[in-house]
Amino acid sequence: MKFTLSWLKDHLDAEASLADIADALTRVGLEVEGVEDPAERLRGFTVARIVEATQHPNADRLRVCSVDTGAGAPVQVVCGAPNARAGLVTVFSAPGTYIPGKDMTIASGVIRGVESNGMLCSASELGLSEEHDGILELPGDAPVGRPYGAFAGMDDPVVDVALTPNRPDAAGVHGIARDLAALGLGRLKDEPVPAVEGRFPQPVAVALDFAAGDEALCPVFALRLVRGVRNGSSPEWMRRRLAAIGLRPINALVDITNYMTFDRGRPLHVFDAAKVQGGIVVRRARDGETLAALNGRSYALDPSTVVIADAHGVESIAGIMGGEASGCDEATTDVLIESALWDPTNIAQSGRRLSLSSDARYRFERGVDPAFALPGLDLATRLVLDICGGEPSDVTLAGTVPKPDHRIDFPLSEVHRLTGLDLPPSDMQRILEKLGFELVGHPDNADRIVARVPSWRPDVHGKADLVEEIVRIAGLDRVESQPLPREPGVPRPVLTLLQKRTRLAKRVLAGEGLLEAVTWSFVSDEQAALFGGGKPELRLANPIAADLSAMRPSLLPGLLAGAGRNAARGAGDVALFEVGQVFLGDGEGDQRIAAAGLRRGTAKAPGAGRHWTGAAGPVGVFDAKADALALIAALGVNPAGVQAVPGGPEWLHPGRSLTFRMGPKAAIGWCGEVHPEVLRALDVAGPVAVFEIVLDALPAPKARPTKARPKLVLSDLQPVERDFAFLVDRKTAASDLASAAQGADRALVAAVSVFDVYEGKGVPEGQKSVALAVTLQPKDRTLAEADLDAVSRKIVDAVARKVGATLRSDPSGTAAAADAAPKAG
Amino acid sequence: MVDEAELEASILAEVGAADTEAALDAVRVGALGKKGSVSTLMATLGRMSPDERKARGAALNLLKDRVSAALAERRDVVMARAMAARLAAETLDVSLPVRDAPVLAGRLHPISQVTDEITAIFADMGFAIAEGPDVETDFYNFTALNFPVGHPAREMHDTFFFEPKPDGERRLLRTHTSPVQVRTMLAQKPPIRVVCPGRTYRCDSDQTHTPMFHQVEGLVIDKRANLANLKWVLEEFCRAFFEVDSVKMRFRPSFFPFTEPSMEVDIQCARRGDEIRFGEGEDWLEILGCGMVHANVLRHCGIDPDEYQGFAWGMGIDRIAMLKYGMPDLRPFFDADVRWLNHYGFRPLDMPTLAGGLTG
Repeated sequence: MKFTLSWLKDHLDAEASLADIADALTRVGLEVEGVEDPAERLRGFTVARIVEATQHPNADRLRVCSVDTGAGAPVQVVCGAPNARAGLVTVFSAPGTYIPGKDMTIASGVIRGVESNGMLCSASELGLSEEHDGILELPGDAPVGRPYGAFAGMDDPVVDVALTPNRPDAAGVHGIARDLAALGLGRLKDEPVPAVEGRFPQPVAVALDFAAGDEALCPVFALRLVRGVRNGSSPEWMRRRLAAIGLRPINALVDITNYMTFDRGRPLHVFDAAKVQGGIVVRRARDGETLAALNGRSYALDPSTVVIADAHGVESIAGIMGGEASGCDEATTDVLIESALWDPTNIAQSGRRLSLSSDARYRFERGVDPAFALPGLDLATRLVLDICGGEPSDVTLAGTVPKPDHRIDFPLSEVHRLTGLDLPPSDMQRILEKLGFELVGHPDNADRIVARVPSWRPDVHGKADLVEEIVRIAGLDRVESQPLPREPGVPRPVLTLLQKRTRLAKRVLAGEGLLEAVTWSFVSDEQAALFGGGKPELRLANPIAADLSAMRPSLLPGLLAGAGRNAARGAGDVALFEVGQVFLGDGEGDQRIAAAGLRRGTAKAPGAGRHWTGAAGPVGVFDAKADALALIAALGVNPAGVQAVPGGPEWLHPGRSLTFRMGPKAAIGWCGEVHPEVLRALDVAGPVAVFEIVLDALPAPKARPTKARPKLVLSDLQPVERDFAFLVDRKTAASDLASAAQGADRALVAAVSVFDVYEGKGVPEGQKSVALAVTLQPKDRTLAEADLDAVSRKIVDAVARKVGATLRSDPSGTAAAADAAPKAG
Repeated sequence: MVDEAELEASILAEVGAADTEAALDAVRVGALGKKGSVSTLMATLGRMSPDERKARGAALNLLKDRVSAALAERRDVVMARAMAARLAAETLDVSLPVRDAPVLAGRLHPISQVTDEITAIFADMGFAIAEGPDVETDFYNFTALNFPVGHPAREMHDTFFFEPKPDGERRLLRTHTSPVQVRTMLAQKPPIRVVCPGRTYRCDSDQTHTPMFHQVEGLVIDKRANLANLKWVLEEFCRAFFEVDSVKMRFRPSFFPFTEPSMEVDIQCARRGDEIRFGEGEDWLEILGCGMVHANVLRHCGIDPDEYQGFAWGMGIDRIAMLKYGMPDLRPFFDADVRWLNHYGFRPLDMPTLAGGLTG
């Protein structure tokens, strides 16, 4: 909403400066987005007269002018304009003046040997137009020495305020003045609009043609004819104001409606009566109807839009824009002026559906003051009579003017209750009254008043609205901050287990050297389908882009796409992770928090790429497994309770993936190398190793009565390590050998690790050699050779029995132990 | 008869010539070993008369002592040289680079770090963290929040919708984290103090808007919480978050369907080129919206607005991250560009605490 300072002062009797007014507007909630003072831009330009102009001695196209600037002796200026001649009144800028059209500051100088002390200016040099025809030619009686901005009427600052949607009253200069007056910045000029006496009956029939229940689409429609008008240009003052706020002056009748829209927030429409055939009907549009609107575009209409029609058909889209066919132009002699009310929701929806914005729609969709419908028509008629002449008819009124009568029972103590601000009751009442509320006191309760809401404030419904009205005018800065009382004592922890795990997971994964990415919650349909998603209920009806259309079932497609983008930028060895939501369905309980990571190329934990200590190899399933298990352990889950089952979801390599399970329940996650087909579909080059753990699926730690750890029992006896090499079918899992060894003697075997795996020469076809290091921890006495032999036999027997492996150093399987199995092969 | 002086000179010369421990040991054996030259002389003492033995014995013992001393002295020199030679031989080019420790290489995204900072501040003030689903219903996202029927935010133009269900219901992606406030109020009796960080979505995509962004909202409901308390909470938060001694804030009347009165809040700052400093300067920067919870919202949540009252606020996590840490653009937040993550990300052990300062 734009207006000029002089325009505001038509409604506000005030001495306040522009700066004070701008500050006050923001303080009351009419946020000033900008103030443009054209006088600033034209500072330094004055009206001047060329006393004498002679040919420049050294240049054909230049003239040497003696200029009367109104300040002392004439000034010599060299000028290249063809129209620089003696007697011309034009615009002068002294040295030191900034020339906006040339983005330079003029200085004194010598031009081809002749001194020049300033510049005579064209409209383009002032930044006023693109014209380069020569210097400005002002009327001969223009006052020499006067600032040009003031002379040209371009010294009226333009204020632009951002309106919140609840303030239709401030969509007119009058309403803005009312707020400022309530603040005490001046007096609102609020004289009632005198009624215009009709001289003859309004001849055009008006009908509101709505089905029962639809009447609210147009509660009232008022029409007046003014005949015998001359529709020339509107007066200079009106054209200047409209131009200042960015509206192109068209002709007096159109300009008057635009002026009323901004002056009073009262949109009107004018029809050329000669172009209206028969009576006027206000109704829903019919399918197939169209309107060539005043903006030069054509609109296809349907019954959801309300129109004003005559015998021709649609002449105007109600409350939004009129039609070209019945518009007023210079030939108009009889004008029909319409002042109506429309349903705000219907106007908003019609405007959006038609993609048609207008100053009228802006106001009607927020709510135009119903009580001003007829005074607005009178005011417009008065302007037409004053500017265009003519003779007014009576007003034809269809429907009835709504008379909202909303009263709020308001305890003044509400202001303190909601804001903490103490104000004298008289101040609060004065503010409400200045804003147009009618107040009635309660005879037996000094705190209570009844406030009648003014017709122009459809946004005020209840007590809190009145509190807002009072504090915004009294000043929000008067509300002093007061501490929110704290709970006594040390603050309690507030995070849930899942919140703690989500936070911790990020720091653990970053600690493993991965970079945290935040990727879109939506992926393409194809990506969703590749990763087990793609349910129709998780597809957006209106995605912002085709590749952001499905809620992600996994964090991996986003990370893979990110890895692909980085590779395209030359960063192929990337390690990324994300911890965030994934979607299994559209129900409340169908959202999970997952933690997923990705390593591409050679981005292994110790570092990527070549290095003098040895180059990193390609990433694989074991890198992902290490990341996943580190995460699971760090989140407080005992890794011994996690089963790693070979094989994973279908987007992983079937032979290089595994699924983590806890007990018989569902998987808690998976890891592996991405399936080559999936990489191909995503256009990402491998190798890529990934993992994903669903944090919601992790069990909560057991609640314990104390934080004390179990007692630490340390043995004085040294552990003993024994190595065994087994031959076993190559498809047997090494972990099965290790657990068989582990279970052979639970009292003695403290740990088992796989330290070598070998296939090839020396190992029979279809078999592999698996070397285990077994740590034996004696409990009560040092182990004798016989003890060691006995436990070794148990281990070999157990491994042979459980997985069919044989001790490699003795194919018969009878030897007790292989003291050391050096790296085979 | 061996000339002792000659023998001594000869042995000492051999000692001086020995360059290695082994050579020195050979000299020792040659002189002092069982069949060594000095030992051989000593052996002759047995055949001597007592007087002769006494004189010769003393001289020979002195000789033996001098040889032993020379050997020991020489041994120190040879050992020192050997050690120096070994060290020289073992010298490496220590200028060679090492691999970065993973804990140095990893990064947290600024959104995670800022969320942790926000959590640290509000947890200290007694706020819990509330969360809710991203896929929401019209009731939680709009109706309960007092959005009127026909409000533009309810249109496909502004909000992401899913396809209608057979009963006509359309799920949507929450446009703010306010539905979490509604869920909290429905689930819990006052007093309530929560902050709700999370992902939010709007149909918007240009230089300064992304279709997904992050918000944190706060909610306080009890019997006394008022605008003055709201001001205090926000001032304390901004002071703590931006880590300055004081901030100046400006509350402007504004409008949101779910609060009344409603305000937008500006924070005073100084701009120097690309840098923004808080707690000084003359510029105002809009940072958040807030207000007293609308009576209709309380009613929708089963709370009597004449008994309980409270306030709420909301701000963009991405936005305050940009203001604090100087990221000029929003779009790269979601691009996973490792150059951006390395530059703007945080090390995993930079954990924000109030005791140590949010940024240490």
